[in-house]
Amino acid sequence: MRMIFLSRILAVFALIFTSVLSAKDAEPSNGETKEGIKAEIDAYIEHHLQDSHDFNLYSYTNDAGEKVHVGFPLPVILWDDGLKVFSSSKFHHGETVAEVDGNYYVLHHAKIYKTNAAGDLTYDEAHHPTNAKPLDLSITKSVFMMIITGLLLLWLFGSLARSYAKHGAIPKGLGRLFEPIVLYVRDDIAIANIGEKKYKRYMPFLLTVFFFIWFLNMFGLTPLGVNVTGNIAVTTALAILVFLLTNFTGTKDYWKHIFDPLGDGMPWYGKAIIYIILVPIEILGIFIKPFALLIRLYANMTAGHVVLMSLIGLIFIFKSWIGGPLSFGLSFAISLIEVLVALLQAYIFTMLAALYFGFASEEHEHDHDHDEAELAHS
Amino acid sequence: MEKLINEFSAGLFFWQLILFVLLLLLLRKFAWKPILNAVNEREEGIKNALAAAEDAKKEMQNVTADSEKLLREARAERETMLKEAREIKDKMIADAKAQAQAEGDKIVAAAQQSIEGEKKAAIADIKNQVAELSVEIAEKVLRNELDNKNKQLKLVDDLVSNIKLK
Repeated sequence: MRMIFLSRILAVFALIFTSVLSAKDAEPSNGETKEGIKAEIDAYIEHHLQDSHDFNLYSYTNDAGEKVHVGFPLPVILWDDGLKVFSSSKFHHGETVAEVDGNYYVLHHAKIYKTNAAGDLTYDEAHHPTNAKPLDLSITKSVFMMIITGLLLLWLFGSLARSYAKHGAIPKGLGRLFEPIVLYVRDDIAIANIGEKKYKRYMPFLLTVFFFIWFLNMFGLTPLGVNVTGNIAVTTALAILVFLLTNFTGTKDYWKHIFDPLGDGMPWYGKAIIYIILVPIEILGIFIKPFALLIRLYANMTAGHVVLMSLIGLIFIFKSWIGGPLSFGLSFAISLIEVLVALLQAYIFTMLAALYFGFASEEHEHDHDHDEAELAHS
Repeated sequence: MEKLINEFSAGLFFWQLILFVLLLLLLRKFAWKPILNAVNEREEGIKNALAAAEDAKKEMQNVTADSEKLLREARAERETMLKEAREIKDKMIADAKAQAQAEGDKIVAAAQQSIEGEKKAAIADIKNQVAELSVEIAEKVLRNELDNKNKQLKLVDDLVSNIKLK
């Protein structure tokens, strides 16, 4: 935590420092208008929010006026009449056409299109390229970060698990830091929402999803500039898993609650009228719940990144002595909030997933016990 | 919304599903299960230890209660024993007193009896002596009296006159 915090401060400093320098450089040479800078910042933010095919740490323009990118290329994997694997360095950051096995590909706004040898793109009226898009299974920056996070989680919690075996019941080392959080997820998320009886089978998913989201959120705050959890494909995949788990582990009571919510409380002719409205709503609810999950995480993380980057972008807008400190102060404050949001969003996602699992696994006789237990609690 | 759909990356979605499920399975096997089991075991151990401590405490309380009960009983027993002893003592004293009284009475009675006997003997003795003395005196008087003839006659007369013929 402290390390991340420290690196965050350093990152803000570095950003301000480098941006002040580049601002000084840029000003006399091309004398861009404020509108131009704003557009550039917008484009930059949008680029940051998107996934990319190479791991770009930072870019700058050298003395010769060339753009230099510092980072490393990632493998591109395409399915286009056969598997095509090549390094993303072939695109030269979208500046050149990549030729693989006689096919030509071009990178346009982080997407790969199939083109002719010259790399021409044709556009429709909405300015979207009409070229064919091969199925892109590349190890992109986000995939790369997911792998890193996965390895980190495996190492952290694997070592925690081994430390139990080695030192008995008291964990040692870095893993110890996470034990209370594991217990919190178990006691206050899983048991509280699913119940003592059935929480166990959901624990691996809840713990994995919690730490996966949290760690990726935290990586998003580092100067690596990754935005994995702010990517709708990632949150969709997570939400679909929640959806599948909820409905495949659903008990008879869960389905009864959807298709016959009133139970024996009303004769059939009364129910028929109400159910015309009620049952479709309940069925819709099955889909809306995970959909809300995916949108919430995506929107929160994206918004955080947009706000942070916009605040850093203020420097370029103001271009004066006031810009630096102001931008620094604001982005520092927002960063602190974002650290909280990173944890909070992971918590909310896990919490709601547990809540849905709780609905799915509820059984009526337990229901009453649960109510009583809750009454006793409050 | 259109932008969102446009931005949706099938590749990333694919990788996320694959990687996440893989991560889930690996973590479940190598991390979550051992961690949760270890934690459960530990909690179970703590619970058992607490229960054992509670049991020991109860046992201890029982023992204390028992010993207290024993002490109380012993004290009560001592009380009764003391009381009994006191009663026995009192009774013994009373008995002894009564016995002494009786013995004394008996001795006094015996003494009185013997005194009575002695007295009777003495009186009888005195009576005998008085009779002898009286006979002697009478003899002597008679001798004196019967020295002359007249007197003798007179006495015979008296005696004869006293005799009443039936």
